[in-house]
Amino acid sequence: MIYVDNAATTKMSQAALAEMQTCFEDVWGNPSSLYAVGQKAAEALWLARERIAACIGASPKEIYFTSGGSESDNQAIISAATNGERKGKKHIISTMIEHHAVLHTLRKLAKQGFEVELLQPLSNGLITAEQVAAAIREDTCLVSIMYANNEIGTIMPIAEIGAVCRAHKVPLHTDAVQAAGHLPIDVKTQNIDLLALSAHKFNGPKGIGALYAAKSQPLVSLIEGGAQERSKRAGTENVAAAVGMAAALEEACQNMPAETDRLRKLQKRLIEGLAQIPHSALNGDWQNRLPGNVNFCFEGIEGESLLLLLDDKGICASSGSACTSGSLEPSHVLLAIGRPHEVAHGSLRLSLGRDNTEKEVDYILQAVPEVVAYLRKMSPLWQDKLNGKKGFILN
Amino acid sequence: MALYSEKVMEHFRHPRNVGCIENADGVGEVGNGKCGDIMKIYLKIDNDVVSDVKFETFGCGSAIASSSMATELIKGKPLAEVLQLTNKAVTEALDGLPAYKLHCSVLAEEAIRAAVKDYYDKQGIAYDPAALAKCSSCSACCV
Repeated sequence: MIYVDNAATTKMSQAALAEMQTCFEDVWGNPSSLYAVGQKAAEALWLARERIAACIGASPKEIYFTSGGSESDNQAIISAATNGERKGKKHIISTMIEHHAVLHTLRKLAKQGFEVELLQPLSNGLITAEQVAAAIREDTCLVSIMYANNEIGTIMPIAEIGAVCRAHKVPLHTDAVQAAGHLPIDVKTQNIDLLALSAHKFNGPKGIGALYAAKSQPLVSLIEGGAQERSKRAGTENVAAAVGMAAALEEACQNMPAETDRLRKLQKRLIEGLAQIPHSALNGDWQNRLPGNVNFCFEGIEGESLLLLLDDKGICASSGSACTSGSLEPSHVLLAIGRPHEVAHGSLRLSLGRDNTEKEVDYILQAVPEVVAYLRKMSPLWQDKLNGKKGFILN
Repeated sequence: MALYSEKVMEHFRHPRNVGCIENADGVGEVGNGKCGDIMKIYLKIDNDVVSDVKFETFGCGSAIASSSMATELIKGKPLAEVLQLTNKAVTEALDGLPAYKLHCSVLAEEAIRAAVKDYYDKQGIAYDPAALAKCSSCSACCV
């Protein structure tokens, strides 16, 4: 099996797993208990907090453990909106290509009377600091822009956007779920006030994430019922998962320079190989791109059938087609960068991770063109394009 | 649980009757690229019987499997019987489809009706337009 869906989730790191195993066996107390068994758990939790903080340039007291990226995004946005509303500021700036954890939270706020402005990316998926600067108003209470896009891998100029936000004294939230462990993050120099993390995207366990909130950013609790996480997130802490998350992030950050080089080589090989398929196009930016991300559109075919046939060849990938999402609309990200519906249905995302090899990339480069050609042969849309009844959209 | 039944996967992996028929007696095409599925059915008709049928489909796994199954169900059948084919029959023959994929079986039914209508039109054969109307009960179709 060739697993190239690392943007969906990753396999557990052995180091993280070993630390969690020890934790499950030896550190089973409740961190809120006063006696030694409990305090041992409290110490383990604090240590995990310190390790995660160190990886992103934060202080440990600015790290709040949550159930994952979605919860962190929800809490960050709702908190900033609540703080803004108190000052009479109800304008929020975000982008059309955020994860639904951000977009759906914003949609809810819009129903509550907030004015949500979604910036449209350039055709390469980038949002510029100039766009943000032009959109900021007196009553803007939050800018929420992802660090890197989960579908097309575009890396946003977060430090530049952070500088703009700081100059206008507007808090910046960034969904860094796809970036953490894969790209360097320093919340202080990048002027990030709120940042969402999810452990299972960097070879940590599922069901745990963190929200970084700068000391200046008061948080609103989404879950009531206890004084855990500085009273901002009730519920007995998942100590072993927090330890696993810390171990995984630390490992990913330590290996980042070498792993980035390795992935960039595989990525280049994959992109150059797939670009040979006629009437296909790379989605996203060539340069400002997550090191493992490859996303293509193939004209005349539909993504779900492509995925099923690749699965038969042992390749696990994903697509932005409507059929794979269970909705009628194809990927909102591909539509926002200007791909027509018909083309967006034929998308393929391959996200490389630490276990992928050059041999696997070569196998993929053999399999994908075969499957695309097979599906095109039975596609009436493709036939119409071939015989000139319909025009080609991609070169 | 897998997304699709064994039957759907079998027809998807080994679709029957793929291709086109040159000088077909009836051709029907439904769906559009924007929605992500297009089905095209080619019929060869001799003495009011479907003597041959082929399809081309742009779409997801269930769209391809539904086309394949539908062509199998009408091959060798008299037109009167072909027009009785419902999307429910296609779905049942495939051992079911996920709820949000039922429109794929509707497309198969519609494509066949469109091909028969094309045959009648070409031959100048009178028919009841209501009997060949497109399915109106499909809420899953996008616009």
